[in-house]
Amino acid sequence: MRRRDFLEGVTAGALTFFFTTPVGSAPIVPTRPGAYAEDLNAYLKISADGRVGCFVGKVELGQGAMTVLAMLVAEELELDPAQVDMLMGDTDLCPWDMPTGGSLTMWHTAPVLRGAAAEARAVLLRMASKALGAPVADLALKDGAIWVKAAPARRTTFGELVKGRKMERHLGKIKPKPLSDCTLIGRRVPRKDALAKTTGAAKYAGDLRLPGTLHACILRPPAHGLNLVAADTAAAERMPGVRIVRDGTLLAVLHPQPDTARKALALVKGTFEGTEPDVDDGRIYQYLVDKAAPGQRVMISRGDLAAGEKRAATVVEGEYRNAYESHATLEPHTSVAKWEEGRMTVWASTQSPFVFREAVAEALKLGQDKVHIIAQFVGGGFGGKLVGPGAIEAARIARRVPGVPIQVAWNREEDLFLDGYRPAAVVKIRSGLDAGRGAITFWDSTVAGVSQGEAELPYDMQTNRYQAPAVPNLHPLKVGAWRAPNAHTNAFARESQLDALAAKAGLDPVTLRRRLITDARLLRLLDLAVETFDWEPAPGPTGRGIGLACGAWRQGLVVAIAQVAVDKTTGKVRTERFLEAVDVGLVVNPDGARQQVEGAITMCIGQALSEEIRFKGGRILDKNFDTYLLPRFSAIPRIQVVFADNATSVTQGIGEPPVVPVAAALANAVFDATGARVTHVPFTPERVLEALKRVPAK
Amino acid sequence: MDATVSFVLNGKPVTVKSPHDRMLVWVLRDELGLTGTKVGCEAGLCGACTVLVDFEAVPSCSTTLGDVAGKAVLTIEGLALDGKLDPVQKAFQDHHAFQCGYCTSGMIMAAWAFLKKKPKATRTEIVEAMEGNLCRCGAHVRILDAVESAGKAMGGVR
Repeated sequence: MRRRDFLEGVTAGALTFFFTTPVGSAPIVPTRPGAYAEDLNAYLKISADGRVGCFVGKVELGQGAMTVLAMLVAEELELDPAQVDMLMGDTDLCPWDMPTGGSLTMWHTAPVLRGAAAEARAVLLRMASKALGAPVADLALKDGAIWVKAAPARRTTFGELVKGRKMERHLGKIKPKPLSDCTLIGRRVPRKDALAKTTGAAKYAGDLRLPGTLHACILRPPAHGLNLVAADTAAAERMPGVRIVRDGTLLAVLHPQPDTARKALALVKGTFEGTEPDVDDGRIYQYLVDKAAPGQRVMISRGDLAAGEKRAATVVEGEYRNAYESHATLEPHTSVAKWEEGRMTVWASTQSPFVFREAVAEALKLGQDKVHIIAQFVGGGFGGKLVGPGAIEAARIARRVPGVPIQVAWNREEDLFLDGYRPAAVVKIRSGLDAGRGAITFWDSTVAGVSQGEAELPYDMQTNRYQAPAVPNLHPLKVGAWRAPNAHTNAFARESQLDALAAKAGLDPVTLRRRLITDARLLRLLDLAVETFDWEPAPGPTGRGIGLACGAWRQGLVVAIAQVAVDKTTGKVRTERFLEAVDVGLVVNPDGARQQVEGAITMCIGQALSEEIRFKGGRILDKNFDTYLLPRFSAIPRIQVVFADNATSVTQGIGEPPVVPVAAALANAVFDATGARVTHVPFTPERVLEALKRVPAK
Repeated sequence: MDATVSFVLNGKPVTVKSPHDRMLVWVLRDELGLTGTKVGCEAGLCGACTVLVDFEAVPSCSTTLGDVAGKAVLTIEGLALDGKLDPVQKAFQDHHAFQCGYCTSGMIMAAWAFLKKKPKATRTEIVEAMEGNLCRCGAHVRILDAVESAGKAMGGVR
């Protein structure tokens, strides 16, 4: 449905529900305290034609939010999800919300929306009761009609009931339907974006065709740390139709055609000055350790480490690394901005419309009410579009050419250069196992590069210390949130270390975890994974190439089992099979959840095996997909996904959890195949060959 | 310098005035307003811009306007006939063989060109045929399933 139709539909004789939640009812503290209470946070409009419009500040990134949120509204109002029109991520029309990230949509926004729909149902039934002269208990509701059960001819519709009404409701009085009455939750529902995305009709930010649009290509320094000091634009300006815009160190070449703007930019000669960082992708790990050392802080400390080490019969010291990794969304960062009548409108590829609004307002010294962000279909986010430097660039340029829509679409080289990477990191762990091989006697972990976020799982490790640095600007390159930030780095280290302890003590990896796990839910999940995989664990390395790892993202738990084949002459790792058992509470949309797990496994096969940003000083050496290697079809294994039967627990998000244990399961599988422990993500063929050289000859 | 180039686009003749060496993807998106074809790498490495030229899948970011003079170009917008989805589109829908959708047009076009030649392909042959198309969300398994079932639906005849 087009935005204009939607708005016309809802303003003419519509019943509008504004919902607010009481203070403190949100499951976690919002980033702006009180924001949910001050702002309207869920919004349903029932039009005279009976259609239901749902306005939310979340965005459709491909993760299926559009479908699952419509499902929840439809469930309460007894509609087909196709009858619910979703309008997402428009800061003028949608209530404030946190970014679409952190696996928060299902955990955070969904309960509010479901409650709002439940309340709307109650209101509609009460109105129908009055109109039909029958008690609510005698009424039936389906597909936008309400009738008297005993006399179906006595009926009315949402459309007839709502004419010209508007009301504000406070949530919390009405409870959603009990699960036993639900007919949509737990069922496969067609994705609402399927038609648009398979016919080319889906509009992404770069697909807007606003009349008079100028495409802006921006002069970039050859390296981070360098800034523009002078530019010769004479040759570019001789090209017909070219305009140059400067705003501080930002220099943009504008042209009605995107490719001509790019060609004209190539004629601009820039002079840059500054200091590049003195480090490269080889020296980065020592750089991080050295820079972090003086700022290391004890985050958690329990028990006496020295005493624990004395009790240990098996001690392992491990150092685990991961490289910088790009989000590499297939759609590069793209925005269109227009400055008109004192207001800036930005159509953006964004995960966080409200964060973008703040950022654009701050950059342009405007009030937030003077900035309007409209999210489009987003061609992948993964944390990379939580922040919007490209949107700010578009707005800065647009501010200087009033009334003209300005499109800034980064090309692949810019996207790889300007991305905020998954941070490179070093995790050092020293830990020990007792003689009975049932207790971790001490666990001493120090990280550089990330935090200790999600470093712990419910394992029995009573004597421990976790250190992380409090050092500002630790990284020489820009870093950001990358799907399950911190958690996947820490899980790689923890689960590799446990595997190494198990192997050294002659214990199989499942038995060790069974002895350590203190949480019944995780234990059940471990059993589910092992049974589904049909695996008889034995002390590694067994040569079979099977590895296991556990992981968590908040209350979402995952157990992963990977099977690999390693070519010992080339060092190439082939993933043959990958299983994840997942417990995220009640699964609302099973097929959508499964897609997220399949996607996470696939994406992280790239993370584990091939994706690495190479750099020298401030120069990013990877400029396109010829050297920055995403997993292609031939790299994809047989994938199995199984969900824990846990319908009684609160639904957790599913974007992050399945990412967490993937690299660790693959590394443990490589060990099981070869006896070589790979400790550096990605474990490229070269790194696998190095690890093979370290295996003692038998 | 602008050239006048005629070709058949989605079954209808078109004439475009644009430089001979201008890349087809820009002509399609910018001149002709067909934005279903996406730009991902501009180097023929990701497949997001895949279109068919005389039924061969090509990256339109690396194909010039001059290359298609007098030829038949098919884009994602031209696949459905009279509002009826093509079997490949239908299979991508049924299998939910996409997430963000940015690679999907290119995937569907690459699959279409391949299946036209070989509807009864093995899984391995499908993997090889799709190897040039990148998907970042990880819809690969579903894409392979969709291509396989579309092949069956097409039954070798189209």
